[in-house]
Amino acid sequence: MSKISLIIQREYLTRVRKKSFIVMSIIGPVLFGAMMVLPAWFSSMEDTTEKRIAIVDQTGEYAEQITDTEFLKFDWLQNSNQQEVASDYKEQGYYAYLFIEKDLLDHPDAVTIYSDAQITIDVKEHISRKLEQLLEQKKLASYNISGLDAIIKEVNNVKVKVKTIKLGEDGTEKESSQFITIMAALVFAMLVYFFVLLYGTQVMRGVLEEKTSRIVEVIVSSVKPFQLMMGKIVGIAMVALTQFAIWVVLTMMLYFGISAFVFDGGKVPTRMDSQIESVQALDDNSNSVEMTEFQKNFTDVTSKIKAINLVGILFAFVFYFIGGYLLYASLFAALGAALDSEADSQQFVMPVMMPLILSIYVAMAAFRNPAGDLAFWFSMIPFTSPIVMMARMPFEPPIWELILSMLILTGTFIFTTWFAGRIYRTGILMYGKKVSYGELWKWFRYSGK
Amino acid sequence: MFLEAKKVVKQYAAHLALDHVDLEVPEGSIYGLLGPNGAGKTTLIRIINQITGPDSGEILINGQKLKPEDVHRIGYLPEERGLYKKMKVGEQAIYLARLKGLSRNDAIKKLKYWFEKFEIQAWWDKKVEELSKGMQQKIQFVVTILHDPKLLIFDEPFSGFDPINANLLKQEIIAQKEKGATILFSTHNMGSVEEICDHITLINKSKTILTGQVDDIKQEYKDNLIKLDFTGDSDTLDKFLGGDYLIQNIIQNHRMNTAMVQMPKEGSINQMVSKIIDHVEIQGMQELLPSMNEIFIKVVEQSNQPNPVNE
Repeated sequence: MSKISLIIQREYLTRVRKKSFIVMSIIGPVLFGAMMVLPAWFSSMEDTTEKRIAIVDQTGEYAEQITDTEFLKFDWLQNSNQQEVASDYKEQGYYAYLFIEKDLLDHPDAVTIYSDAQITIDVKEHISRKLEQLLEQKKLASYNISGLDAIIKEVNNVKVKVKTIKLGEDGTEKESSQFITIMAALVFAMLVYFFVLLYGTQVMRGVLEEKTSRIVEVIVSSVKPFQLMMGKIVGIAMVALTQFAIWVVLTMMLYFGISAFVFDGGKVPTRMDSQIESVQALDDNSNSVEMTEFQKNFTDVTSKIKAINLVGILFAFVFYFIGGYLLYASLFAALGAALDSEADSQQFVMPVMMPLILSIYVAMAAFRNPAGDLAFWFSMIPFTSPIVMMARMPFEPPIWELILSMLILTGTFIFTTWFAGRIYRTGILMYGKKVSYGELWKWFRYSGK
Repeated sequence: MFLEAKKVVKQYAAHLALDHVDLEVPEGSIYGLLGPNGAGKTTLIRIINQITGPDSGEILINGQKLKPEDVHRIGYLPEERGLYKKMKVGEQAIYLARLKGLSRNDAIKKLKYWFEKFEIQAWWDKKVEELSKGMQQKIQFVVTILHDPKLLIFDEPFSGFDPINANLLKQEIIAQKEKGATILFSTHNMGSVEEICDHITLINKSKTILTGQVDDIKQEYKDNLIKLDFTGDSDTLDKFLGGDYLIQNIIQNHRMNTAMVQMPKEGSINQMVSKIIDHVEIQGMQELLPSMNEIFIKVVEQSNQPNPVNE
């Protein structure tokens, strides 16, 4: 067996056997799932406590119009003034009290909710929705036009539903969803960012470990320093890909698990679910319709996800992960070799991490205009392209841009690996030397021999 | 010659680490590479191990230029040495042995032998961080010699060993020599040089300043100093030895006196004896050879003197 594969094997096995790797592999997909499910679940839990709210209405015109809902109950305290209610609304068992001071048509801000707790958005939205409806009617009535109700109804029924269809090269049509596309782009960009950062710094830590434990000189008397560096970089890349593969498989299992659960008639609260709920609350739809709506939506979302070119994206992900990782890992390896301890790494690590952080910001901007100049240039610059191009991938950038970006990235990581190798082989055998950028440059120059 | 370095030059930016250094290590010898800190010893050793390359000059093994595969014939115990702390001892030893070209099975077989010999089998499944520094050094030593290298290079091998283990190590180094290995050995510990080295080279400030067999060097640097134990009158001694002989001091003991006498350059012990044998009772005589430690200090200090002719 060749020496470099021995090194890869060691780097891989020692990391994959670690408890932290196993824990991460399991927790990752669970966290993804939790990110989808938990917020909606929490908000639905909050809704189930009944809140009673007192109303003090000095005009007497609005109080009766604010109707109760399942969890919000309103009481109009007709003959009380604000001071009284303020002093004892809590004792009376009210969550909050609503104070309407003047006619809201003339003074739209003359209404206030008081409570000693933070008012939830649901409560505030329910009240303002009801008041707005009422004010709208009052305003319309003030024009005194006969048959206006019918006209309004007709006007409200005019609706346009724009579907976005992306035309394929071969003229096929796919219904695409802006939201799903952006989500997919975000997930992939974040994944590249996360993997490059996490595993790139692992390379640095690994090199530092070899240096501080002083084993490195024993090893480089058997193998070339470059072999040791590449063995470590490749071994850790394989750890990352293994982790990713485990995540894909586990997430798929979770996905099928959830979908089976949904179509079983069980109700899984998701973000989508709570959005649907709030929309339907306005239309006063019944509970059973909501269920099928949710199932419909679920299939709708999955079909839209399928509309994105997932195979192409996964391929690009693997390429950009490996390319970006090799680029940054080699720089991190050079840093690890140059430093004596993790403590003094900060001033050198920051400049390496800056482009990574910058590319996340550019990726965010790229969602607004995935074919714009900013997105284009940053998906060409090799230090940002792995993340920015991944953010553009679901929007299907022109193929020549993709190929050009990949070529530039490939050329650059070959260069950085060569560059890092030169710093690395001098650095690993330097102990107790304060490094500076000038020092690194010197190492780079004289280690050529 | 088993190992030769020819006019090796190595320049690090502004610092010349090795300036035309030669080395000739005979097969089967224990060769001391000496010199103060920063003299260039470690650089030379790294060049022999092909960790770095020389700027000019060459290294020959058995008359052949050094090749990449030669790392399998070299065992190297560096001064800065360590092990992966989180790895198990046995696993790590196998890994390092395989990097030196041994197959997995051979590595295990040989490791079993050495672990039994050193009675350290119980450490096999322990993590390195659980062992003391001395224990780790033992494992490093085993790993260094495991693949039966023809050339063994030890950089400060005794540092970190207690006297008992240092002695064990010394015996093992001599045993390796008897098995036919050639040993290059860099140290500051002059006591161990005198005990086990046949030849030495002394490097100072990137240059070779002294090289040769240990016995020859001692003869060359001796001060013709004789330690003489005698009974009799010390004034008599002075009178019969004459002006060429310098009595440095005389210690008068209860039973006898001990005199330190410096002979003239061409003087010999026989001559000296003939001068005094009829006048004092000689109890014992010995020529005092300088210790390697004294030679080391003397030669290095001489070479550190500014020498305007050569500069």
